[in-house]
Amino acid sequence: MRTAAAIIPSILLGAGLLAAGLHAASAPGARWTEEERATIQSLSLEALPPLPEDPSNKVADDPRAAELGRALFFDTRLSVNGEVACASCHLPERQFQDDVPLARGVGTTARRTMPIAGMARSPFLFWDGRKDSLWSQALGPLESAVEHGGSRTQYAHVVAAHYRTSYEAVFGPLPKVNQLPVQAGPVDDPESTRAWAAMPEIDREAVNQVFANIGKAIAAYERTIQPAPTRFDAYASALGSGGAGNLTDDEIAGLRLFVGKGQCVNCHNGPLLTDNHFHNTGVPAAAGLPEDQGRAFGAKLVREDPFNCLGKYSDAGEGDCSELRFMVTDGHELLRAFKTPSLRGAAGRPPYMHAGQIATLAEVVAHYSAAPEAPAGHSELRPINLSEMERRQLIAFLATLNPKPDSAGSKGF
Amino acid sequence: MLTLTSRRMLLFGISALVLAAGIAAAGAMMRSVPDNLDLALEKPTAAGLYKAAIAPEAASIVVGSMHAWTATVRTPSGSPVKAARIGINGGMPRHGHGLPTSPQVTRSLGDGRYLIEGMKFNMRGWWTLDLAIDGPKGPDTVTFNLVL
Repeated sequence: MRTAAAIIPSILLGAGLLAAGLHAASAPGARWTEEERATIQSLSLEALPPLPEDPSNKVADDPRAAELGRALFFDTRLSVNGEVACASCHLPERQFQDDVPLARGVGTTARRTMPIAGMARSPFLFWDGRKDSLWSQALGPLESAVEHGGSRTQYAHVVAAHYRTSYEAVFGPLPKVNQLPVQAGPVDDPESTRAWAAMPEIDREAVNQVFANIGKAIAAYERTIQPAPTRFDAYASALGSGGAGNLTDDEIAGLRLFVGKGQCVNCHNGPLLTDNHFHNTGVPAAAGLPEDQGRAFGAKLVREDPFNCLGKYSDAGEGDCSELRFMVTDGHELLRAFKTPSLRGAAGRPPYMHAGQIATLAEVVAHYSAAPEAPAGHSELRPINLSEMERRQLIAFLATLNPKPDSAGSKGF
Repeated sequence: MLTLTSRRMLLFGISALVLAAGIAAAGAMMRSVPDNLDLALEKPTAAGLYKAAIAPEAASIVVGSMHAWTATVRTPSGSPVKAARIGINGGMPRHGHGLPTSPQVTRSLGDGRYLIEGMKFNMRGWWTLDLAIDGPKGPDTVTFNLVL
């Protein structure tokens, strides 16, 4: 018995050494080709260039504007019922999103709330890209009947009553607002629309300018919300300096699928893991909602938007608006095409897709593996038939894109 | 951010990437590039009416960034074609999608050279750029292959 007892630990030790040897022989860092290594590093935050200027918003990088915008972002007085702020759906402690399939303001929307980190780098905003700047995006929900539900004159009154000093420090004198209706604007509410139409053009123009400036201040704040470092970034950094990195074998296998067989990196590329473009990936229609044409409708909306880059409220010159000037405005590819979301933090914010119609990351990966036909238009996907193990590995990798618990701003980026 | 750091690097970088794909089987994108792809950036048009060339304006091409190219149109004997109308199309043949933007010739630069604005590549891989050239000798087309 004593002999047997002595032998067992030796076998276990031998097996341990063997396993360690195999692990070292297949050291993750050593198994990447130069091409794969370059691709991996291109996804890292270290590859993120400095935040580009926004020529359409001259206060984009003014700290006073950002402070005003921060206050406005959290102010529920900017809503018809006094209960809805930007932060009601864009929760700072939840990556500036709300964890529900469809955003809820004064009513329920038809879309999933998008996170904010890094959005200042996106040429088009919303799932359908119907806005072309952060400041113009911020104006949309303010006038939506199911989000903030208010109107332009209401918001001008709020600024005059509560933010006059800080507003005027950034934008100059506020126009007179006392004569303006409490609610007036080009919104769904017919009374507000009538009141807006009855206003003198000069007043409408002045209110539009205040409205645009509210968006520009909020945008200045949102530009400060940047993605936080992740375990993946640490791994990519270690690869760059010749180290083996900190990811598990499963996570590395998932990364290999991400840049290889899975073809995820085609669209989820760059340090924010998005190409900022619009794709039909055959995402099923959301039950109970009207038909959603995605980019096909969004492209028309942004082109006609008076608050776009080429509009009179933009501070940009025509040469600054190339994304808008040269965007694709029609064609079958736009039908049910939706914006590629960043995958930073995505594993921590189900549900998924533009209407939150896929509940879990496992189901998302299964969708991309099977590549079902699109409910309208044509899906760009082809089946990749990932095995159960491969799907698990891919999910393990995606979790490495969550902000590190100890990183600054990790709760909300 | 993936860049090709100079015009010279673009020309040589493209060949190098394709070669790398052939020998190292890098990523899925690289594997989807066909063998023996014609990567010439200067070639006769399909019916031989013109010779066309394209070149990026910027020193580097960054995936996801807007940038400009120059197209040069000449007769087969090398004379500049100064009054061509050029339509631009393209996409990724293996992905089944077109260009992410709608590039246009915005002005003539003289000597048969034309400025193409609004170019963007939103991912790496094999792209085609199709020019529909309508000049004094009539319409013709040419397709260039690019591998980023």
